[in-house]
Amino acid sequence: MSAAQSPVWLGAQRATPETSVATRRGRTPSVVTAVFAAQWREIARNRWVLAYAIVLLLLTEALFQMGGSGVRALTSLLNLVLLLVPLVTSVFGVVYWHAAREFTELLLAQPVARLRLWWGLYLGLIVPLVAAFGVGLTLPLVWHRALDGETVRLLALYLGVGAALTASFGAAALWIGVRQDDRLRGLGLTLGLWFMAALAYDGVVVWLATAFSDWPLERPMLFAMLANPVDLARTALVLRLDSAALMGYTGAVMARTLGGGTGLAVSAFGLALWIAGPVWLAERAFRRKDF
Amino acid sequence: MRASLVRVMASATALSLGTTAAALAQSDASRVPVPSDSLIDVSPTGPIRRVTDALTRVTDGGRVRIAAGVYREPTLVVVRPVTLEGAEGAILDGEGVRGLLVVRAPAVTVRGLVFRNTGSSQTEDRAAVRFFEGADCTVEHNRFEDTFFALLLQEMQRCVVRHNVMRGMRGTQSRTANGVHLWSSEGVVVEDNVISGHRDGIYFEFASNSVARRNTVTGSLRYGLHFMFSDDCRYEANRFEANQAGVAVMYAKRVHMVGNVFARNRGSAAYGLLLKDINDSEVRRNAFTDNTVGVVLEGSNRNVVLDNRFEANGWGLRLLANAQDNRVEGNVFARNLFDVGTNSRSSYSTLRGNHWDRYRGYDLDRDGAGDVPHAPVRLFALVVERAPAALVLVRSLVADALDLAERVAPVLTPATLIDASPLMRRPALAPVQAGALPPDGRVTVTGRRDDAPEES
Repeated sequence: MSAAQSPVWLGAQRATPETSVATRRGRTPSVVTAVFAAQWREIARNRWVLAYAIVLLLLTEALFQMGGSGVRALTSLLNLVLLLVPLVTSVFGVVYWHAAREFTELLLAQPVARLRLWWGLYLGLIVPLVAAFGVGLTLPLVWHRALDGETVRLLALYLGVGAALTASFGAAALWIGVRQDDRLRGLGLTLGLWFMAALAYDGVVVWLATAFSDWPLERPMLFAMLANPVDLARTALVLRLDSAALMGYTGAVMARTLGGGTGLAVSAFGLALWIAGPVWLAERAFRRKDF
Repeated sequence: MRASLVRVMASATALSLGTTAAALAQSDASRVPVPSDSLIDVSPTGPIRRVTDALTRVTDGGRVRIAAGVYREPTLVVVRPVTLEGAEGAILDGEGVRGLLVVRAPAVTVRGLVFRNTGSSQTEDRAAVRFFEGADCTVEHNRFEDTFFALLLQEMQRCVVRHNVMRGMRGTQSRTANGVHLWSSEGVVVEDNVISGHRDGIYFEFASNSVARRNTVTGSLRYGLHFMFSDDCRYEANRFEANQAGVAVMYAKRVHMVGNVFARNRGSAAYGLLLKDINDSEVRRNAFTDNTVGVVLEGSNRNVVLDNRFEANGWGLRLLANAQDNRVEGNVFARNLFDVGTNSRSSYSTLRGNHWDRYRGYDLDRDGAGDVPHAPVRLFALVVERAPAALVLVRSLVADALDLAERVAPVLTPATLIDASPLMRRPALAPVQAGALPPDGRVTVTGRRDDAPEES
């Protein structure tokens, strides 16, 4: 594996190879930052990330112009965000992994801790995506001066939820990328994962709710929501959008468990688990992988 | 001499709760000569210091004027037609152990007093003011603070209750009672009162031909307005806000509910307005906003629901299959989670000419009514009806997909619950002006509220 084969990746990473990483032991975190910085520069110029930001921006802008308020625009964005963020992140994640593969292998040949290299790659994937997401949602609201208190709170929740979904599905995509060398099969797997989480899962939940409607299902349903990051994200947002009290008994149970301050903490904790799990899996796979 | 007389009188009239008219008439105090003009002043510093004494001396049609001060006396009993009038700062205090005033006479007026601190009771209907079997009473410009029942009217006719402020006791449903409670009464007008924190703000029980008008009822532990077996009553321009179970109107005929505001009544068993076994009544020009359920029609027949606004509710209208021949027309449905819910495929009521913000049809002949009928019951609403727990999926893609599928090929939603001519434009319903609160929301300490609108 020669450096000449991937001039772009290497060029973006001028300082690293011979000198800094190996010699400056006192500043080892620089591996994470150096890899991250290199990937950031690479991805930030990537037209797909740019397109992602622009699509979100246009959607927010259009919905704002139709709805006339920040809260309404964000409300309409709910399902788009819940579908688009996991989809873009997982597809882009697998493609990214394969694109960065030669760069990765080059760096692995250097005396660089695998863990640090992995974190650099991971952050290099999700940070630009989260940034694109943030820019796409926030800018239209900023230039329409629509940032009143309620909008800001809702926007903050959207950004948090979007970041969590990106982090979760980004890690899952890297895991699939590491485990599956075949690029197409990897892509297929990650699309399947997205389909399960964003679509099929809810269908099964509806079916179960109807089939077992004679049982008290409020609590099992809440666990079902906790067991899927997309549903967890949606529940956190819905509780903020429609006051849960508007939804009767189930809404009350939902609000008590997932609404309010503690509920937000529960949701955040659940999402954190949904980030930590895939991250752990992906990192372990990366550490053990024989390149 | 005078002072000792008063003292004798006082001991003679320190009567127990069960004092009857007969006992009073025979007491020593009643033999004391009374001034002929029959205006008696009670004042903490004057010759007559107790309301009890004044009541024994006053003649039919006379007045008792109560000066500022706190009066802690046994329950007052009024047995002849008189007027009780409090100056600013005149307070009757029950010390947490008793009701304050019992009236067993016709044509009694109670005005400008503060009644407070009755304590609660599980064994008697303890009320700050309680009227029995009389007529033509007036209760106005009073203030009730921390009272169990504030005002209880039993078998009364032609009474007026207006411009009172009532604030219930803190506590649970069983520790509090109702603000204005009408039992078996007729022709009573309850208007411009501000009532908060009672079990039921206003309760009409076996009342007939009575009116509740321009009241504001908030924070009730149960219903803002509770209505049982009360035929031919009206309530208009009231504001019912943030009551735990909203408003319930049950088992009555010919009830007119016009121009009221039902807002923020939320909870797992809360309704803006619950109509149960209500027949031949009208619900017109009301605003239902931000309630768990706007209106429920259950076992109710031949009612009209006209020109109301249903906005930002969980369910706008729940029309159960045991409600027949109701007409729902000219209403506006906007931003509800579910516009219409039902529990069956069959429905025996008519929806017509309403405005739905979810309507996606067109109007080619420009007659103002959409050419495509609108089915307001979403399939997801039916799923939730059958399996309430499925509600966790609200706003999910699956819920939208179900609705879309049903719109394309309706097989499950009620075929009869369809608006055949939905309005293309939102009708310009006049804003609902309701409630008794003055513009600045303040109420003076005595309960007098001269800024409140007078009846025209």
